[in-house]
Amino acid sequence: MKTIAELQAIRDKAREKMAVREGDSDNIRVIVGMATCGIAAGARPVLNAFVDEVAKRHLNNVTVTQTGCIGMCQFEPIVEVLVPGKEKVTYGKVTPEKVAKIITDHLVNGSPVAEYTVGNLMK
Amino acid sequence: MRELSLNVLDIAQNSIAAGATLITIRVTEESAADRLSITVEDNGRGMSPEQLQKVRDPFYTTRTTRKVGMGIPLFRMAAEMTGGSLDIRSELGQGTTVMAVFTLSHIDRMPLGDIQGTVTALIRLNPQLDFRYIQTVDGASFELDTRKLREILGDVPLNQPDVMEWIGGYLRENLEPLRSQA
Ligand SMILES: Nc1ncnc2c1ncn2[C@@H]1O[C@H](COP(=O)(O)OP(=O)(O)OP(=O)(O)O)[C@@H](O)[C@H]1O
Ligand SMILES: [Mg+2]
Repeated sequence: MKTIAELQAIRDKAREKMAVREGDSDNIRVIVGMATCGIAAGARPVLNAFVDEVAKRHLNNVTVTQTGCIGMCQFEPIVEVLVPGKEKVTYGKVTPEKVAKIITDHLVNGSPVAEYTVGNLMK
Repeated sequence: MRELSLNVLDIAQNSIAAGATLITIRVTEESAADRLSITVEDNGRGMSPEQLQKVRDPFYTTRTTRKVGMGIPLFRMAAEMTGGSLDIRSELGQGTTVMAVFTLSHIDRMPLGDIQGTVTALIRLNPQLDFRYIQTVDGASFELDTRKLREILGDVPLNQPDVMEWIGGYLRENLEPLRSQA
């Protein structure tokens, strides 16, 4: 059973980790489109896949956030990746299956997955 | 939308867009009355009577990225298909409540689906906001209130991975015994 005592222990452990992490400047942001168009196209499982995978690989420098409709509904679910000092990359028609590759190639190794980008889908 | 829990995720996005800091989601199942009701209540900026009137017309939006709003019309359709209805109450500066009622046993009623996935997605993405999730099945109920969790967590954010894992498990363990038919 998940108990409050367990939550308190998680808090204490998290505080130790937070102290180590202070001063993180290389924060990568993953932004998932969460308007009606995105949700209807499957944004929820994509988001959950990102968060689970980021947690599993202990990528402490990655934050996953949301945005509304950015006006390209036909390409939803849309995920934008912002790496500090690099141009924003916009992925379209993202599925949970594509998430692992985006994380490995782009978030970890720094090379965007060209074939999944909206720019490539428009061709 | 194939699951009502996706509509809930979407309707809650309207609350987030309206600057709400507390969003309360209630799912209430009453088999005797053959009724399922879902409400999303927020303390966001609310709407004027004129605005509210427009929202009752399909496809009204204050978005600038596209010309139609789909969220409320889709939720309304899902309710009306089952012989139910959707109602919105809103007051400027106070907040908004969207209430949908469904006929529980109606063949066209979409399943509630992964409501736990919806609640965890909302918390994960908006750790600075507070959420209450209250599910009631024939009088038995469970409530999650992130304000209570925050009291325990202090400066540790709700979206810390181990905290999120705990919340997911806590929801699963407590919702299962309710034996929802929705
Ligand atoms: N909780 C709320 N608080 C304040 N205004 C709201 C709220 N819910 C809806 N509205 C208003 O009603 C409009 C229509 O909402 P609806 O969900 O149908 O479409 P949308 O959010 O604009 O676009 P979409 O849902 O398709 O992404 C919104 O643009 C907003 O102006
Ligand atoms: Mg909406």
